[in-house]
Amino acid sequence: MAELSYRAAVRDALREEMLRDESVILLGESITGYGGSYAVTKGLVEEFGPRRVMETPIAEAGIVGFAVGAAMGGLRPVAELMTVNFALLALDQIVNSAAKFHYMFGQQWSVPLVVRTVSGFGQLGATHSQSFEGWFASVPGLKVVMPATPTDAYGLLVSAIRDPDPVIFIEHSLLYSMRGPAPPSGEAGLVPLGRAQVVRQGQDVTVVAYSRMLFQALQAAETLEREDGISCEVIDLRTLRPLDYPTVVGSVRRTHRVVLCGEDWRTGGFGATLLAEIQDRCFDDLDGPVARVAMRDIPLPYARNLEHLLIPAAGDVVAAVRSLV
Amino acid sequence: MYRQMVLIRRFEDHAAESYARARIGGFLHLYIGEEAVAVGALNAARPTDHLLTHYRDHGYALVRGCDPKAAMAELFGKASGLSGGRGGSMHLAEASRHFWGGHAIVGSHIPIGAGMAYAMQYQRREEVVLDFFGDGATGNGIFHEGLNMAALWQLPVVFVCENNLYGMGATLAEESPVKDMIIRAEGYTMPSRQCDGMDVFSVYEAVRTAVEHCRSGKGPFFVEAVTYRFRGHSMADPELYRDKEEVGRWRAQDPILRFGEFCVRQRISSERELEEVNEQVEQEMLEAVAFAEAAPLPEESTVADGVYANPIDPEAAGPESA
Repeated sequence: MAELSYRAAVRDALREEMLRDESVILLGESITGYGGSYAVTKGLVEEFGPRRVMETPIAEAGIVGFAVGAAMGGLRPVAELMTVNFALLALDQIVNSAAKFHYMFGQQWSVPLVVRTVSGFGQLGATHSQSFEGWFASVPGLKVVMPATPTDAYGLLVSAIRDPDPVIFIEHSLLYSMRGPAPPSGEAGLVPLGRAQVVRQGQDVTVVAYSRMLFQALQAAETLEREDGISCEVIDLRTLRPLDYPTVVGSVRRTHRVVLCGEDWRTGGFGATLLAEIQDRCFDDLDGPVARVAMRDIPLPYARNLEHLLIPAAGDVVAAVRSLV
Repeated sequence: MYRQMVLIRRFEDHAAESYARARIGGFLHLYIGEEAVAVGALNAARPTDHLLTHYRDHGYALVRGCDPKAAMAELFGKASGLSGGRGGSMHLAEASRHFWGGHAIVGSHIPIGAGMAYAMQYQRREEVVLDFFGDGATGNGIFHEGLNMAALWQLPVVFVCENNLYGMGATLAEESPVKDMIIRAEGYTMPSRQCDGMDVFSVYEAVRTAVEHCRSGKGPFFVEAVTYRFRGHSMADPELYRDKEEVGRWRAQDPILRFGEFCVRQRISSERELEEVNEQVEQEMLEAVAFAEAAPLPEESTVADGVYANPIDPEAAGPESA
């Protein structure tokens, strides 16, 4: 079976949508000659020219505002923000412009915009190692996607570009080189927004994850099966908003135990919202408290050992599951 | 143009009165005193040129041809309002007239205008973009980001800085190191023109030059219209920051009186004809208020409609299996 990296899957989705639809344009910082900070857009300016692959000033709010306007003018822009940390500079445009216009102006127009950005860490320091999916997912009007596999990165990005609403598409820097089965080409490769996936079936505990944490969860499930005989059902959310609650709730009703995994801070992180909703919908089904694996409420330090201490990993998932069973 | 200026003035007088009667909620920012800017500028452009404005947006909507009844109904929060009662005073829009909204986060629509201009250039369309904001916006980073991009990519957008000398309660001297906003354009090598925002001809001439410049593919243009709002920042403003004498001096330059006197002096219209216009507009505004009063509120069952253009309901899809 053909294999593809996560990076190449994202690039393929961009390239194929640009070939299919001339209104699709890319813009971002150092995405042309440099090829993008994570080399995702490498080669695209050579193929499509600077009119469709635009090198921008380092101005995140301006980039997203510009993309909102381009979308209103009939284009389908895909804006790259180098990392999700820098997306904070564009929060106003994302929250007050992109997410609002369709509703606030009485459905007169929509904003078909994709903001691609990146979460991750690796001794990058406190300002470059954060996860904000919970913030974005709290905003009505936005769709928020966090793919874990090359197949989903491709299929979800194509769906996001074709969608008429603003989509925040958060990639993970530590997944770019990961390889997986190549997605089926064309329409068969599309992955719908708003659908989770049960990646591993099990009976004893539901483990909910997304992005990099999916692989930590799967690794933990292996360990727990082997060492404890515990059977974990692992769900990859894929889209955080709108969230596929039926899949999560259906699983929790079978297993009666649940662990929520994320890389964002415990306080106010995405898991906190998910936790509230699960206890609301599944209170009588639960045999114990909802457990969480999340980042401790500390800015991520640079030193390798300290960073390692804080990054949520498979071992944390194992411990969380054991605490429930 | 006289009629349009009177239309704005009377619309807002009635809006203020309705606000006092608690028919209009939230914020109400009046444009009274600045009418010559919207009227002069929009008459110098084509009706298909794209329009984005700040939140003091009633005047632009009316000059663009939006129905005063629908504009007033929006202020009243009614279903037949321009934005279906979802926007309010600061968020009027009518996409079919290429009026893309009042924007209430200061300066946020500046790069949006640049992006729209790029879309026009990209699609080889003839429309240009007119992007209006106040002097207060020039202190915000987003203003500079938007101008930088527009100049960098030579986009067909006219930036109109409506310099009314106050950023809410801050005087120009308190908020800006430069008195003339056109100086801001220099850093972006953007051609500019300063005009008298109390004189509809002066605004018209400046914006006409700007629009022609943009339409001929020469890149963006910056217009500064020096003007003055006769009323407070919003209805809640006690105006402690300026004295009545200053307001009086500017009121003497009332753009409607100036233009009316000009018309009479040049024998374009008689005083009686102008008075007839005033009366017609007054009648129209009474009808707009009556319409807004009588119009139905938005259906409560529709409150969640339109959050998304493509709503995806996972609940309807049922659980996913492996």
